[in-house]
Amino acid sequence: MSDPLVRNSAPMASTVPAADILLDLDDVHTHIEQYHILQGVSFQVPRGQFTMLLGRNGAGKTTTLRSVMGLWKVSQGRITFDGADIGGAATPDIACRGIAYVPEDMSIFSDLTVKENMVLAARQGEMDDTRLNWIFDLFPALKKFWSLEAGALSGGQKQMLAIARAIIEPRELLLIDEPTKGLAPAIVGAMIEAFQELKQAQTSVLLVEQNFQFARTLGDSVAVMDDGRVVHAGSMAELAENVELQQQLLGLSLDAHQ
Amino acid sequence: MATSEATSSAVRTAPLLDRLKGQAPALVVILIALLPIALMDLSTWLVLTLAGLAMGMMIFIMASGLTLVFGLMDVLNFGHGAFISFGAFLATAVMLPLTPWMEADSVWLNLAALLPAIAVAMAMAGALGYVFERVLIMPVYGNHLKQILITMGGLIIAEQLIVVLWGPDEIPLIRPLTFQGSFTLGDVTFEKYRLIAVIIGLLVFAVLSLILSRTKIGLLIRAGVENGEMVEALGYRIRRLFIGVFIAGSALAGLGGVMWALYEEVVTANMGMQVMVLVFIVIIIGGLGSVTGCFVGAVLVGLVANYAGFLAPKVALVSNIALMVIVLMWRPQGLFPVAKR
Amino acid sequence: MLNTILSGDFPRSRLLTIVLIVIFISLAFAPFLFPGTRSLSVAAKICYFVVLVASYDLMLGYTGIVSLSHTMFFGIGAYGVAIALNNMGASWGAVLLGTIVGLLLAVVVALVIGLFSLRVKALFFAMVTLAVASAFAVLASQMSWLTGGEDGLSYSVPKILTPAYKLMDDKLFGVRMNGRIVAYYLVFSVSFVLFLVMLRIVNSPFGRVLQSIRENDFRSEALGFQAVIYRSLASCLGALMAALAGVLAALWLRYTGPDTTLSFDIMVDILLMVVIGGMGSLYGSVLGATIFILAQNYLQNLMGAVSDATAALPLVPELFHPDRWLLWLGVMFVLSVYFFPTGIVGRLRSSS
Repeated sequence: MSDPLVRNSAPMASTVPAADILLDLDDVHTHIEQYHILQGVSFQVPRGQFTMLLGRNGAGKTTTLRSVMGLWKVSQGRITFDGADIGGAATPDIACRGIAYVPEDMSIFSDLTVKENMVLAARQGEMDDTRLNWIFDLFPALKKFWSLEAGALSGGQKQMLAIARAIIEPRELLLIDEPTKGLAPAIVGAMIEAFQELKQAQTSVLLVEQNFQFARTLGDSVAVMDDGRVVHAGSMAELAENVELQQQLLGLSLDAHQ
Repeated sequence: MATSEATSSAVRTAPLLDRLKGQAPALVVILIALLPIALMDLSTWLVLTLAGLAMGMMIFIMASGLTLVFGLMDVLNFGHGAFISFGAFLATAVMLPLTPWMEADSVWLNLAALLPAIAVAMAMAGALGYVFERVLIMPVYGNHLKQILITMGGLIIAEQLIVVLWGPDEIPLIRPLTFQGSFTLGDVTFEKYRLIAVIIGLLVFAVLSLILSRTKIGLLIRAGVENGEMVEALGYRIRRLFIGVFIAGSALAGLGGVMWALYEEVVTANMGMQVMVLVFIVIIIGGLGSVTGCFVGAVLVGLVANYAGFLAPKVALVSNIALMVIVLMWRPQGLFPVAKR
Repeated sequence: MLNTILSGDFPRSRLLTIVLIVIFISLAFAPFLFPGTRSLSVAAKICYFVVLVASYDLMLGYTGIVSLSHTMFFGIGAYGVAIALNNMGASWGAVLLGTIVGLLLAVVVALVIGLFSLRVKALFFAMVTLAVASAFAVLASQMSWLTGGEDGLSYSVPKILTPAYKLMDDKLFGVRMNGRIVAYYLVFSVSFVLFLVMLRIVNSPFGRVLQSIRENDFRSEALGFQAVIYRSLASCLGALMAALAGVLAALWLRYTGPDTTLSFDIMVDILLMVVIGGMGSLYGSVLGATIFILAQNYLQNLMGAVSDATAALPLVPELFHPDRWLLWLGVMFVLSVYFFPTGIVGRLRSSS
């Protein structure tokens, strides 16, 4: 059985040639009311990789994801997705280009059942059975509570539903905001396994994370933000080995995170 | 893909409690409906209950669109009353020339006059809704103050235009012969028209509920009421959804206007504004954005108004305000609060 | 001196200053400049409507509270005096008692509504106040033993305010100096003082707190406790002033009924006046009330002329029928919310 997540044009991973940049942010500025939140964010998300967006609270990580998604209007700079300029495009158009978004608060529809949440996420119409079964394998709880109101799910299950919504149809890029926030360690473990599976399938992901350990396990490349700018971008392996750099960028030693 | 029935009991108890809590408003309605039996004889109670239900259903039909529009886009249209009046006047314009058919002793001729009237009223009220949304409301999204002012302005203009088109005097209206008079059940006499109003109201509620629970559009509306931003992030244009709901809601207001006009047997330019007070009370009681809440709220308002009108006519006038105050003290978000982010 | 009187809040536009001075002089010398019963009535109505509209702007423009029950407070003031005069006879004691009871009732009702529902969204408050006001109007028309019902109350006012009273035997500048002149100057001077008081309030530290609440909290769902208190105070103040305007109306008209005080049409009129004049500036209330009431009384003549002139055309004469003036004001209102959200005053200030 072929894995439903593998695209025909799956790249080779590891070293990334310039042509395989999926998402490119170039000097992006975003204002929220009178506040200048993003002050020139530039980094790239390679195709088929996990890119981790790190940084302390208030650095602008969530605003970056929301700007990509068109939920905040970009006031200056370019956002290029798959070769097309999407800065200033409407959110539904951006979504239809193949970007799925899992916000920090998960934004599941709590009045709707798990199934109904998934039905809405499947834009094309019917859900693909093979893919659905694959999701059920990743997150068995969703199968169990298929007809339950999503509002009755636990926090971890809601997170699973939110991610499941993003992958029920093949998407070019997933934007995931702090998926481990507030989850019990056991569930974080399950979440890592699910992400490993996505990684195997060479899904392109831009993931905001506070938990460095989690980020190190999954990340291929990394961008670190501070005060509305990207202060470091490179490979995850490089940052993982350089404790000094970690301390300098994240203000915390690796030990403190473990 | 079927649901595994072996849901763990631990997870089940919590929603069960929630569900019991969720039933509370329904229980209260039943209680309020049954309590007055102690204070009056059964036949009076039956007549009043039917009257209350009929009134409630008509208000529900007028209010349902308004509450959804609010839920979806945080837009409260004070001009909603214009659609009610407009619908009533258009239907009158269709029915008056067909008076012989209305008075004919034939269900079919009666319907031949009534149905086109309703169709025209709903279509034109929907069209007016579209214009209203495009011209007045769209430019002031997100600004509540301007929204209130603009839609009030729209109401003034619409009411005045009705006077321009149909003159300033109220127009008497007769019900189709089939719907006039009353029927007897046991030794209780009921007004026919009230029964018909109840049936139409239940039909509208059933259709709305089916659409909201069984169709993708319905799911999108419910999802949009809860979190419009996420609906957009999933790739759907909530604006289009909203305009659709706005038009449908305006058309329903038009239908409600026709029904109300036939109930009162007269149409006036400001009838919409008069009914709006009840409509607002209903959607506040029900919980802004909830169709079920709107239905329950409308039934409550209708019943309480009629019981109070019989038991204590002096108090009846403020009974709905009292009802609203009591409900809000019990549940500040209304009987069926909509989960909002 | 002028600075103190106006609380440092100057019109800040030459044209606006001129217009305001013209209005002030016209009102101050109205009995002599525009002799005649009708024009004096128009002038008096402008006076107490300036107070009514300014008190509404205190809430809408300065604090961001959208209330649709302002006519209720206007009515409470008017009915207070009317009922007292009706039952106790034409004495100043009755006027005083009616005023005090009316003001107390207005403040208490405003406080209850405020504490009950000002914590919630603006939209919600607008709906609740609309419902309460309409219930109050129905209540007033039903309690006919007290309020005279739909017919309202006609009563006599203290003799010094009636046409029968002779202030002096000779005419002054050709104007008969009777009690109506006294009544007019009572209305005018009390309105003027109340306006200055409100000007003082909005320019006080309290007024600035209100404005900052409007700026910060207008869109937020639930307000902090402090903000609720301030909003309730603003709402009580608005109610108090509206009730005082009602007292003046009751004294001037010698009649109080649902149509002149409680009707929703008057609420709509107030909204039109505030918005067209200019929200968030008390001078806007002066302009709004003046223009609106002049239009109400004189625009209709003009429209009648247009209507007659176009009698041959279809629909056009209907659109310009004198009774359709509200249609045009409605259009003006909508346009003004779109294009001049700060109204005439904002327009004049920005162009200078």
